[in-house]
Amino acid sequence: MEDHVVKVHSLAVRITHWVNVFAVLIMVLSGWRIYNAAPLFPFSFPAGLTLGGWLAGALQWHFVGMWLLTINGLCYIAYGVCSGHFRRRLFPVSPAEVIQDVKAALRGRITHPDLRFYNAAQRAAYVAAIVLCVVLVVSGLVLWKPVQFHALGVFIGDYEGARYAHFFSMAALVTFIAIHVVMVLLVPRTFATMVTGRIRLRAAGSGGPQ
Amino acid sequence: MKRFGAEQGLEVFSRPQIENIERRLFMKRGLSLGTLALLSGCDVTDFETVQKTLLAMSRWNDGVQAWLFDPRRLAPEFPEAAITEPFPFNAFYGESKVPRLDGASYRLQVGGLARGRSSWSLYELHALPQVSQVTRHICVEGWSAIGKWRGVRFSYFLGRVGADTTARYVGFKCADGYYTSIDMASALHPQTLLALRFSDRILPYRYGFPIRLRVPTKLGFKNPKHITHIDITNTYPGGYWEDRGYNWYSGS
Repeated sequence: MEDHVVKVHSLAVRITHWVNVFAVLIMVLSGWRIYNAAPLFPFSFPAGLTLGGWLAGALQWHFVGMWLLTINGLCYIAYGVCSGHFRRRLFPVSPAEVIQDVKAALRGRITHPDLRFYNAAQRAAYVAAIVLCVVLVVSGLVLWKPVQFHALGVFIGDYEGARYAHFFSMAALVTFIAIHVVMVLLVPRTFATMVTGRIRLRAAGSGGPQ
Repeated sequence: MKRFGAEQGLEVFSRPQIENIERRLFMKRGLSLGTLALLSGCDVTDFETVQKTLLAMSRWNDGVQAWLFDPRRLAPEFPEAAITEPFPFNAFYGESKVPRLDGASYRLQVGGLARGRSSWSLYELHALPQVSQVTRHICVEGWSAIGKWRGVRFSYFLGRVGADTTARYVGFKCADGYYTSIDMASALHPQTLLALRFSDRILPYRYGFPIRLRVPTKLGFKNPKHITHIDITNTYPGGYWEDRGYNWYSGS
């Protein structure tokens, strides 16, 4: 049997992924600078890691990034729902399988034999990342427009509650990103795949991808 | 209003340590002018392009916010038990520098596109119909505090001074050198007040004696204190923080 190249990620997924990387980077780094102006907790983010230079600059970046994040996110979600991408790739998420995969990963056995399919832990993590982005946008809208979007804040404790919701969902998303990047470093060919969309599968018996 | 001063100063000194990171990351051009000064050799054109883009987007966001603004939607009001004690003091200077105007000789000057009386004594302002509100004051820095304000509905006052309410802006000049401006739609909002009292007492010096604007549909720095001049105009008046890069509309 010969090697063959298979498609893993559609163009829509790759474009929205990399636009999202850029948007999230802008939002997180400028967001840290905004946080520093009135910290919720007794710590600040190192100024050198933040974007914008000072509060006004960070706010300018944040309110440009929000359009990028939101429009790109809506495109991705529309694509994911309409194309069946979510249904095929991200669901179902079984808690028992997730726990099994996480335990295996912690023992150093990352079960990702075929890049065309996500294991349960990946599916759970990617669904969580999408949900976190939605929570970030919704709580962000409450912070930006606590009067006009007051109704959105009812379930997250109005303006002050939204500050915590925004902070903790950011923290959770950054945790996801950290794990995600570590995983990519452990399985580096996934990086190329998210750029080209393709992976070369070796013929059976010739030591296929592990 | 904003606490400020320390932060801007610090920026300049905290830069060198991140120079190396900046060279690798895309965000190097989005930093302050102080950064630019330190990063000699960095391409100024690109920096200016990014700055211009950011400011253009900020102006575009002004338009979006004006479109989102519902003149009938009220800011939430709170019971008096929810009032924040003590209410924070905030300005671009320390509390010791707060201007202490003389109430007896004070006159509020109204200029621009207004046909009515242009000079108002404090006594005359207190004689106008007064309303109260307990609303949340939200600072651009992120913190918020609930306070009780009482004063003249600004839409009523604009009527009394014969203001042209088709004008685009209302500008404010203050005794401490502060200045800002708001859109006419927000000026006419029923909760926008010329506040004369805070927590049922005559407005203390630290909160803007003798009068301040209270706009619960805008961020704190759009609520000028110690107002001496009001200008009805179609010419964009800008503002102290707005001219330094903060978003002009800054609606809630």
